[in-house]
Amino acid sequence: WDETHFGKMGSYYINRTFFFDVHPPLGKMLIGLAGYLSGYDGTFPFQKPGDRYEQHNYVGMRGFCAFLGSCLVPFAYLTVLELSKSLPAALLTAFILIFDTGCITLSQYILLDPILMFFLMGAVLSMVKCNSCADRPFSASWWLWLSLTGMNLAGAMGVKFVGLFIVLLVGLNTVCDLWGLLGDLSLSLVMFGKHLLARVLCLILLPLALYTAMFAVHFTVLNKSGPGDGFFSSAFQSQLIGNNLHNVSIPEYLAYGSVVTMKNLRMAGGYLHSHWHLYPEGIGARQQQVTAYLHKDLNNLWIIKKHNSDTADLSDPSSPVEFVRHGDIIRLEHKETSRNLHSHQHEAPLTRKHFQVTGYGINGTGDSNDFWRIEVVGRKTGKLIKVLRSQVRLTHVATGCILGSSGKTLPKWQGWEQVEVTCTPYLKESPNSLWNFEDHINPKLPNISLDVLKPSFAEILLESHMVMIRVGYFKPKDNEVTSKPWHWPINYQGLRFSGVNETDYRVYLLGNPVIWWLNLVTIGLYLLIAVSTAVVLKRGVQLTSELKELSRVVLCGGGQIMLGWLLHYLPFFMMGRVLYFHHYFPAMLFSSMLTGITWDTLLKFCAGYLSPSTTARRVYEGGFLALVLLIVYSFYLFHPLSYGMVGPMASDPSSPMAGLRWMDSWEF
Amino acid sequence: MLGFLKKPLVVTVEINMNLVALTVMGLISRLWRLSYPRAVVFDEVYYGQFVSLYMKRIFFVDDSGPPFGHMLLALGGYLGGFDGNFLWNRIGAEYSMNVPVWSLRLLPALAGALCVPLAYQILVELQFSHCTALGAALLILLENSLITQSRFMLLESILIFFILLAVLSYLKFYNLQRHSSFSGSWWFWLFLTGVACSCAVGVKYMGLFTYILLLTIAGLHFWHMIGDQNLSNVALLCHFLARGLGLVVMPVAMYLSFFYVHLILLYRSGPHDQIMTSAFQASLEGGLARITQGQPLEVAYGSQITLRNVLGKPMQCWLHSHTNTYPIRYENGRGSSHQQQVTCYPFKDVNNWWIVKDPGMQQLVVSNPPRPVRHGHIVQLVHGITTRYLNTHDVAAPLSPHSQEVSCYIDYNISMPAQNLWRVEIVNRESDTDVWKTILSEVRFVHVNTSAVLKASGFLGASLPEWGYRQLEVVGEKLSKGYHQSMVWNVEEHRYGKSQEQKEREVELHSPTQMDISKNLSFMAKFTELQWKILTLKNEDTEHKYSSSALDWITMDTNIAYWLHPTSGAQIHLLGNVVTWASANIAALVYTCLSLWYLIRRRRKIYDIPEDAWRLWVSAGGICIGGWAVNYLPFFLMEKTLFLYHYLPALTFQVLLIPIVLQHLGNHLCRSLLLKSMFGALIVAWFSSVYLVYCTFSPVTYGEPSLSATELKDLRWKDSWNILIRKQ
Repeated sequence: WDETHFGKMGSYYINRTFFFDVHPPLGKMLIGLAGYLSGYDGTFPFQKPGDRYEQHNYVGMRGFCAFLGSCLVPFAYLTVLELSKSLPAALLTAFILIFDTGCITLSQYILLDPILMFFLMGAVLSMVKCNSCADRPFSASWWLWLSLTGMNLAGAMGVKFVGLFIVLLVGLNTVCDLWGLLGDLSLSLVMFGKHLLARVLCLILLPLALYTAMFAVHFTVLNKSGPGDGFFSSAFQSQLIGNNLHNVSIPEYLAYGSVVTMKNLRMAGGYLHSHWHLYPEGIGARQQQVTAYLHKDLNNLWIIKKHNSDTADLSDPSSPVEFVRHGDIIRLEHKETSRNLHSHQHEAPLTRKHFQVTGYGINGTGDSNDFWRIEVVGRKTGKLIKVLRSQVRLTHVATGCILGSSGKTLPKWQGWEQVEVTCTPYLKESPNSLWNFEDHINPKLPNISLDVLKPSFAEILLESHMVMIRVGYFKPKDNEVTSKPWHWPINYQGLRFSGVNETDYRVYLLGNPVIWWLNLVTIGLYLLIAVSTAVVLKRGVQLTSELKELSRVVLCGGGQIMLGWLLHYLPFFMMGRVLYFHHYFPAMLFSSMLTGITWDTLLKFCAGYLSPSTTARRVYEGGFLALVLLIVYSFYLFHPLSYGMVGPMASDPSSPMAGLRWMDSWEF
Repeated sequence: MLGFLKKPLVVTVEINMNLVALTVMGLISRLWRLSYPRAVVFDEVYYGQFVSLYMKRIFFVDDSGPPFGHMLLALGGYLGGFDGNFLWNRIGAEYSMNVPVWSLRLLPALAGALCVPLAYQILVELQFSHCTALGAALLILLENSLITQSRFMLLESILIFFILLAVLSYLKFYNLQRHSSFSGSWWFWLFLTGVACSCAVGVKYMGLFTYILLLTIAGLHFWHMIGDQNLSNVALLCHFLARGLGLVVMPVAMYLSFFYVHLILLYRSGPHDQIMTSAFQASLEGGLARITQGQPLEVAYGSQITLRNVLGKPMQCWLHSHTNTYPIRYENGRGSSHQQQVTCYPFKDVNNWWIVKDPGMQQLVVSNPPRPVRHGHIVQLVHGITTRYLNTHDVAAPLSPHSQEVSCYIDYNISMPAQNLWRVEIVNRESDTDVWKTILSEVRFVHVNTSAVLKASGFLGASLPEWGYRQLEVVGEKLSKGYHQSMVWNVEEHRYGKSQEQKEREVELHSPTQMDISKNLSFMAKFTELQWKILTLKNEDTEHKYSSSALDWITMDTNIAYWLHPTSGAQIHLLGNVVTWASANIAALVYTCLSLWYLIRRRRKIYDIPEDAWRLWVSAGGICIGGWAVNYLPFFLMEKTLFLYHYLPALTFQVLLIPIVLQHLGNHLCRSLLLKSMFGALIVAWFSSVYLVYCTFSPVTYGEPSLSATELKDLRWKDSWNILIRKQ
């Protein structure tokens, strides 16, 4: 399944070819490292799910992920122990995580999620530890936990941007913490300043530094040209070995008759592109499409021509070379289809305020709407135009609009989901409407080796983030049936990891329903308990010291965990992108910890009412044992889900799993 | 007994002349030449069609919001005697004589005018001075964008009116709390809060944000009451229940009643019928009800039926077949079974009729008594005109090669046996022995041999090429991913078949169904369906020329041209008062910074301002900044087309903040007399600039007088404003 993505990216690291992905690089780097150390040579193609690994050594990568996945259990155990100071609560949480089929399945394969969850739980644990060291500020252990929190934050952010939520949780916790310190009048302002500085250092500067370092490693490791080149600017590409811009030698000045590619200067802007397809009926004029395309392609080639003279005399080898100058009026002919870049006062397909850009004319003869004035930013008329370095603006002569890329992805009718190109009548200066010439082929001109301006590391970092955000954000939504956030906590539908047919070895990602439903019920229960506790405290009812301790655990410890759950779950309702079931797992970790704390509190409270100490103990122990047995038994029932099953589908009554298909939506 | 006669009857009337004056000024500014221009202005073209539909009592679904706002507009039309006959098709079209323009625009304008005294009252209730309150009201009065928006048949001014009313009545309620809990006026303001909230939500879903804000504030106040040891538990419980009644139960009931009235008013079928389920359509007068009235309820063996796909997207369609076959080879070289095509056809047609047949018997008529089909029964479906059997087999479907082809079986004698048994599964059954009912039952057809499910591939572009006459594809879905509407069908037209012979049967199929029994949906069922449709129905995202992003609104980088005179340069724009917008932003910034400063200082036990001034500052800011934030920030998460007018509710709250901040600055930061008088002078100067800007822009607010091209150019203060200048 998704191993095809991440395993492949691990291979890229081993082969050092550049690629592009919407997630930050740490997770894939770690996978690559694990593969490298375990002797995987990066040659397996990872083409489609279900391919056999044959002789390739993949166990290292899987083992690494599985190891991180199993670290979750002790982490959760320690966190709950720290929060509730109660061994049974911690044990209950640990049991839940050990016996949850979903967690097992998810950490068995080469995926980013076990790595993400590892760092996430690490951050929670060290945050909680640090909070309990609060009475000994600036001691060695305090520093240790604080900086560990920072490191884990960097790790979580570096695997997926979902790590942002844990940053938010830690941030909120820190703000509360500082607010409390600020109110403590026995603390001088200088001391408070020290506290503030220590946190800024460990929780902001340290993670940032690590995060940047991660990218630095990423870019140093990946120094060969690969499939991700086209997403980045020309300057960036010149850094990659094997890219046609690496150590380029091309004619320096732009001349008439040259064949060029034009790249949009916007971050993740594509090449000016056209192809043999027309705009569909009803969207502007029915002429050939012009788009921006992120990949290198023959259809990106354009020929520069004078607006008034014909093609013939330019292709004549004897005629003298004439350079293009700032302010010239030119025509751009698409090389493959021989149509001119054209614009007119029709609406653009998506950005209705802009004009449509099309390919028009046959074999280079068009009309006056094909004329564009070429201008270099910050130069005077008459100057020559440099390839790569000059930032060029193309103004449409007839309507006065500027050629630009709107950054919006065209819908399916395009077939290729390329980026819209428009002609904007608003004369705003922005990278959207600036282009540079990247390839430049003209046999008549001497090639000169050019060193493109080397981008600084900060620029690279900024650019790669912009590209990630843009590509991730503008990812088109599929209309197919994907899972909805409300499906997740009720374990409505799983994900098929491998195997479809009856004879295949099937693995199905689905949480242990008993555990998940217990978690779900517990959230409601917790809210009830928390609200009633808070009301009781607010009413000023006198409590015994035991009950006070219990209410502290519920409100502070449980509150933190509950907040974590909310932060890792609610934002998905607002996300427009395609969502999968496994996105819920970070929230599920929090939910499991909450279950441990809540049930422990509840049992203690019930036991507290039955005053004779032996009965109380018995009730407490009995309840605890019942819960654990329930969890273990349900795991026994559902374990084939994660360890694989063969045989007929569960919808068939003869299957061993038939009785376990409690919901119609499960497809194992 | 007659003691009351001993005292003279005295009526003391206290009239706040401020309020009266403000109301009058508000009315003048909003009602001035209201029926000018006598042409369709901007979104009137959109709301107008609903008013017309109300006048004609024709059912419609509008995905932009609940029906209360539309009903209010329609009320205006009703009072003006509008007959609904006007073609709302173009912005700028002249109104014909039968359209009572004045009364149609009256209600929004009144609501807009009343916002002025409401603003005054709110600040008074927040315990600010009358002078400050007057300032707030004047700012609202002189806000060009609010004037423009309320002078036409649009919903925002009504929405803002109800929002402000809700805030005001909550404040009144809260201020009564201390002295006279559970008194008459206490109850009155509590319920008025609830009513105003539900009206706001009923006009536009945006009102929900303010409702949530008020609920939060009420919750906070109640939380403080919990901590109050003087109140007994019982009293606390009473307070809680009263609030629940007034702020939750009441609004929900009101909201339901809007829909009730809506559904009572609109009983005729109309253009949006096909969005609704068959059952809903059947409850409307005309349309489907005319056809389905009197059909037998229970589907029996031998029934003649049409099957409608429940999904209804991209269009409604019925299971269909015709004599043409699938081409032997498709364009991409894949082969087909060459059997008779089965499609989903978006029009009513005699080829949509199917006959339910018992596999064990030969007859195609309903026996006497009819044997009903139940959940789990195995049936064959016979196409009425061609008498071929609905069939599916392991051949790739034409457009979705992962699914099975569905055909009407032709025996070519090529070892491809007929697989025409289908199991009927009623999705919305109550028990496992439920009878298959016309219209009401939602049914899945599961193929017995391959357990594939009959499905209309409801994605855009699922229409077959030329050989399939562009009809929609029907497939057998093998990997049934749970429940999806595209796999569910319901019987729409239904009759018991009587004719034995094919010839007679064809005649029977062509004849319309007629008999007499009626089926009615309960109100709650109708409401749930309609509400669900309103929330889930999505118009295609069309970018509008004047649409803008939420970020443009703060700085007013955008405008909307509402109307342009056909010949002269007179035009109406939605453009705010620049000075007010800028000062509102500054006020919000100052408020936030000052609050942070105070908060941090208070944490260190340094008190800059007296305690009650601080409480005032927090409560006023909580409402104004909170109101601004809840009405503005959610737009960053929305994916629909946004316009400048969406910002107006947020702006109203922000404007209320200006005088609050000014009074605070004047009272607490200007210590010396000199500073105070300078501050006063500054305020006067600033106010006159607000007035000046109002006057400057009033030509594009009211649409008259007509300006020349140069004057218009001078008005274009920002390059991004789109002011229309005629080319000479």
